Amino acid sequence: MDDKPLAIVLFSGTDDKLNAAAVMASGAAALGRPVHIFLQYWGLDAFRSDRIKNDHGLAAEAGAEGKAAVDALQAEGQAPWYVTLAMAKELGGVDIQACSLSMDVLKITEDDLDDLVDGTEGVTAFYLAVGDDSQILFI
Amino acid sequence: MSDIHTTVDAKGLSCPMPIVKTAQAVKTVPAGELIEVLATDPGSVKDFAAWTRSTGNAIVEQSEDGGVYRFLIKRA
Repeated sequence: MDDKPLAIVLFSGTDDKLNAAAVMASGAAALGRPVHIFLQYWGLDAFRSDRIKNDHGLAAEAGAEGKAAVDALQAEGQAPWYVTLAMAKELGGVDIQACSLSMDVLKITEDDLDDLVDGTEGVTAFYLAVGDDSQILFI
Repeated sequence: MSDIHTTVDAKGLSCPMPIVKTAQAVKTVPAGELIEVLATDPGSVKDFAAWTRSTGNAIVEQSEDGGVYRFLIKRA
């Protein structure tokens, strides 16, 4: 088993990128690797409890063709990104933290966030939590 | 060959759900018992090879029939 932690800085708030982050996180969790997700800006906004199940749209490059492909996958029963993340958390070792600066920007508190989010931290705490030899993905 | 303890039906599910559901299932299976996984994701062939190598669980049987991949995994 590889215990090297995976750190994901989740900046983007469109459903395709949220799903990409959820897939990377759950795959690592299935391997028993610790996962630390740091939610910034629009990634954090998507975790607001009153918006998490909304349609968050797709990245601009998806276009109409990309949207049709993603819609078709959903119609076939692909789990939404927040369900995939919830399963990753059930496997254990997945810590999801809100960026405190982004909380200020969005003018929200932890009460506004879905239970998937474990807490709030600053960037220094993030670096300390993930350690020196971790991989960091920016999504 | 002992009996199958648990079957994970991951047919129709895309990556990484076959692995995630199997990782969930192994937690409920005692060491040495067999888990059968059925999947239609072609990526699952390489994914299960990597996952078993990393977790110490072993693929004891593997087959493909009509687009359905079957893995028999012995819990480490």
